[in-house]
Amino acid sequence: MKYLSRYRRHKAVAPLLLMFALFAIGTTFSVASATTTPSQSAFARSVAIDEGRQLFLKGCSSCHGLNAEGGAIAPSLIGVGAASVDFQVGTGRMPMADMSTQAMRKKPVYDEKEVAALAEYVASLAPGPAIPTDELLNYERDGSTAEGGELFRTNCAMCHNFAAQGGALTQGKYAPTLMGVEPKHIYEALITGPQSMPVFSDKTLTPAEKLSIIKWIKAAEAEPALGGASLGRVGPVTEGLLIWTLGIGLLIGVAVWLAMKAR
Amino acid sequence: MTARERITGSVANYVDERTGAAAWMKKNLNKVFPDHWSFLLGEIALYSFIILLLSGTFLTFWFDPSQREVIYDGDYQPLSGLKMSAAYASTLHISFEVRGGLLMRQIHHWAALLFMVAIVVHLLRVYFTGAFRKPREFNWIIGVGLLTLGIVEGFLGYSLPDDLLSGTGIRIAEAIIQALPVVGSYIAFFAFGGAFPGEAFIPRIFTVHVLLLPGIFLALITVHLMLVWYQKHTQYPGPGRTEKNVVGYPLFPVYMAKAGGFFFIVFGVIAFLSAVASINPIWLYGPYTPGQISAGSQPDWYMGWLDGLVRMAPPLETHAFGHTISWNILIPGLILPGIMFTGLALYPFIEAWISGDKREHHILDRPRNVPNRTALGAMALTFTIVALLNGGNDIIATTFNLTINQMMWFSRIGILVLPPIAFVVTKRLCLSLQRADRDLVLHGRETGTLVRMPRGEFVEIHEPISAQKAWTLTQHEQPVPLELPATDARGLKRPGAIKNKLRNRMSRAHAVAVPKVSAADLKEIEHH
Repeated sequence: MKYLSRYRRHKAVAPLLLMFALFAIGTTFSVASATTTPSQSAFARSVAIDEGRQLFLKGCSSCHGLNAEGGAIAPSLIGVGAASVDFQVGTGRMPMADMSTQAMRKKPVYDEKEVAALAEYVASLAPGPAIPTDELLNYERDGSTAEGGELFRTNCAMCHNFAAQGGALTQGKYAPTLMGVEPKHIYEALITGPQSMPVFSDKTLTPAEKLSIIKWIKAAEAEPALGGASLGRVGPVTEGLLIWTLGIGLLIGVAVWLAMKAR
Repeated sequence: MTARERITGSVANYVDERTGAAAWMKKNLNKVFPDHWSFLLGEIALYSFIILLLSGTFLTFWFDPSQREVIYDGDYQPLSGLKMSAAYASTLHISFEVRGGLLMRQIHHWAALLFMVAIVVHLLRVYFTGAFRKPREFNWIIGVGLLTLGIVEGFLGYSLPDDLLSGTGIRIAEAIIQALPVVGSYIAFFAFGGAFPGEAFIPRIFTVHVLLLPGIFLALITVHLMLVWYQKHTQYPGPGRTEKNVVGYPLFPVYMAKAGGFFFIVFGVIAFLSAVASINPIWLYGPYTPGQISAGSQPDWYMGWLDGLVRMAPPLETHAFGHTISWNILIPGLILPGIMFTGLALYPFIEAWISGDKREHHILDRPRNVPNRTALGAMALTFTIVALLNGGNDIIATTFNLTINQMMWFSRIGILVLPPIAFVVTKRLCLSLQRADRDLVLHGRETGTLVRMPRGEFVEIHEPISAQKAWTLTQHEQPVPLELPATDARGLKRPGAIKNKLRNRMSRAHAVAVPKVSAADLKEIEHH
């Protein structure tokens, strides 16, 4: 020990110790990370990321930038997460058909595998909300319709209308109808807040509450038109239109007939 | 005499000996009414009212007008276990558990919408044909009263179920009451028995909706009809029709059959609509909570114009002496409707004052023959339609891919610009139609038959119209404007010179017309 302590103030000690510490940390980290990631799926992921990057460069980079850093007309995608990509591309909103006020839902341009690849690529740029798993999305088991309706009316109806039929926002923007939207996409919209929609974090609405909302929307979608034709479930406007056209129209027709001279 | 006739006769005699009804019945059953489809529009309103009374009575058997909180455990699963008012829960009970309850609710609501449509269409007919002129001014005012009360009654009915939509409507009504300067917040407090929403409002409006207003309706409708009976019905101009007669069919049997049949047709149309088209699906709206609101919250159509006016109002507020005056609600919510309804009610008197016409009129005007009135009507109608469209601006915006801002600016500018345009266009159309009438009388109908004359000239053969038609086209009076002199016989300035000058000018505008065909004109034509 005397030998070591004699040279403890030698000028080479500090750099050597630093080198040793770095080496030790590096070795530990590489061992640790190698054990947590099976090399098989890491390989598949890197392939998907690469595939996603190719798709991204072809289909998205002209607006979102070569490294998804964003540009004058499109936001940066670094940190938006896989859920955001799955929602925007999976519902056909992205790529946009034109530079209108709002991207609208349409037939998706990419198939499921391509959407997954794009999501992997964007998720690889920085951490962000992940795509909810099927296990998480079991709304039939974990949701409650009545509670979902109450939450929907409190949080969603002001834009999406009482029966989730959609509604107008300012400057030509709109809250779309939620009829026929996949539960996965509703969940993703809630956690990513696409376009004018706010983000409903797990603190605002717990995952179980989100599932309740989805369950209520699905119930509203499946509900038969109880009182006859639903007239679009948009409130009294269509009712007024019907009474002013069919209602009074029929009766005026009858009145003309009644007042005709008998022949 | 057959056995049946003998029995009928003795029953009739038995009743007559005790009531003396025979003479009265004979007189009134033979009363003559003129025949025209547009005279049946008011009847649609009357029959809708009867249907409203009957279906409304049915609904009261189960409706619980209380804001007491209950927990729903009825048949409609998506609401089960939620807290709601007893009013809402009982409306759900009517809709889902009472046999025929949903159909009855829909009949009641469709009948209410039809009632208001029929009132408005009837009012337009009365207005455009000048049926409100002396001696029918009072009946016009009663009609305007029925329209106004109908709007209130409809709104109260819309508010009763205490669903999310009706609660929103009540909230807006409260805001309009509060917009009254100084006293607004007190009146709102009295009406709600404290702060909004409280527990008092729905029980109170229930009493008004099922007792007070229907009572007033019954009284006003009775007077309205008695006046029609007493003053006799107006008739359209035609050969043999004068200011002193009524040409038509007797009440019995013709109108008894027609009117009775028409009631069942109105009932049938309402029942048909109620069976096939959903109205006010309160179970979808959910129970009312002040913290919730739905996109596209609208009132029923008869309030839509009011909502539209409020929606287009720019945000104007004044703060003075510790009070806030919300002009953005006060003007569209109270002042404008006040002007509109006062103007409507007073119109017969205003027109009589302008034209100086104090005579009785039982022959209706053809709308084209009074261009100024028709144009004014078109102007008011345009104003109301722009307001009504803006009431549904969000639905229209999403349906036709417009922006809600475009809709709002269209309405803000349109409500000022379009009514005057409608006035000018309608007035010119009326004058053109008068000219067309004049041509028709003078030159006859174009037959479309071309004849080549010996000299090679082509002429179209015109066929003279029938004497009856010519009479109908020329029976109206040539309007004469008032000429109130500025000075009296001694050359002195008369009092009220400015007022008289204004009246002269308005009278001249009111009397603008194409010269009607005179006997001299016809004689001249015959010489050709």
